[in-house]
Amino acid sequence: MNERRRNWHLWLGFLLCLVGFVSYLPLARFPLTRDVPWVSYLFFAAGLFSLGIGLSRAFGRPEQFRGKILAPVLSLLGLLVVGMFCFFIFHAAKQLPRSARSPQVGQRAPDFSLLDANKETVTLAALLTTPLLAGSQKAPKGVLLIFYRGYW
Amino acid sequence: MRPVAISVDSPEASRDLCKKARYTYTFLSDPNAEVIRRYDLLHAGAGENGHDIARPAEFLLDASGIIRWVNLTDDLRIRMRPEEAIRQAQKLL
Repeated sequence: MNERRRNWHLWLGFLLCLVGFVSYLPLARFPLTRDVPWVSYLFFAAGLFSLGIGLSRAFGRPEQFRGKILAPVLSLLGLLVVGMFCFFIFHAAKQLPRSARSPQVGQRAPDFSLLDANKETVTLAALLTTPLLAGSQKAPKGVLLIFYRGYW
Repeated sequence: MRPVAISVDSPEASRDLCKKARYTYTFLSDPNAEVIRRYDLLHAGAGENGHDIARPAEFLLDASGIIRWVNLTDDLRIRMRPEEAIRQAQKLL
């Protein structure tokens, strides 16, 4: 009996799924690849396609190819990777409060008084009137308040 | 236009961040999330160890303190693009 051939499509497919997942971490820094994770989708499509080939070879032509055990295992793992990615993109990342009572366009921004990085007290009123450049007399044209999650 | 960052980070944490990232604009510390609550931006328990933190949000105010543009993302991944804020700020001039 002939030696059956290695079913390398299974490994390639699983690897492509992994790369699709991991590649999003650096790509999330750039809006073009962040907002729609199309690079990951391409890797996933290629990976699942390759796993499909591996599966059909393992079960369709078992006399030629190995992988009857490996095929379902790697396919499930590949699907799990894709599933975790989709869970994050379509569900976890969207769990934000609605903020329905936030101040709206046209309203006056509520004043506040907070410490800055030098532990000096800063009010919104001061931010609106203090010149941007030392020595200048001109108040800024506007203030952009950026609330962010911080590094706790 | 003056950018101002607000989070629950301590002044020390903000100072370290500014030093590391070479930010020169104002960072404000709201450790008890009082202002964050006043702006209805509290994301309860979403920080490390279940800390209350701010959800990402941007407000552009004109020189008189009136809000002219609000950006409330509904997706953590999708944040304000700086060029969008600059475009909005240019409308104030």
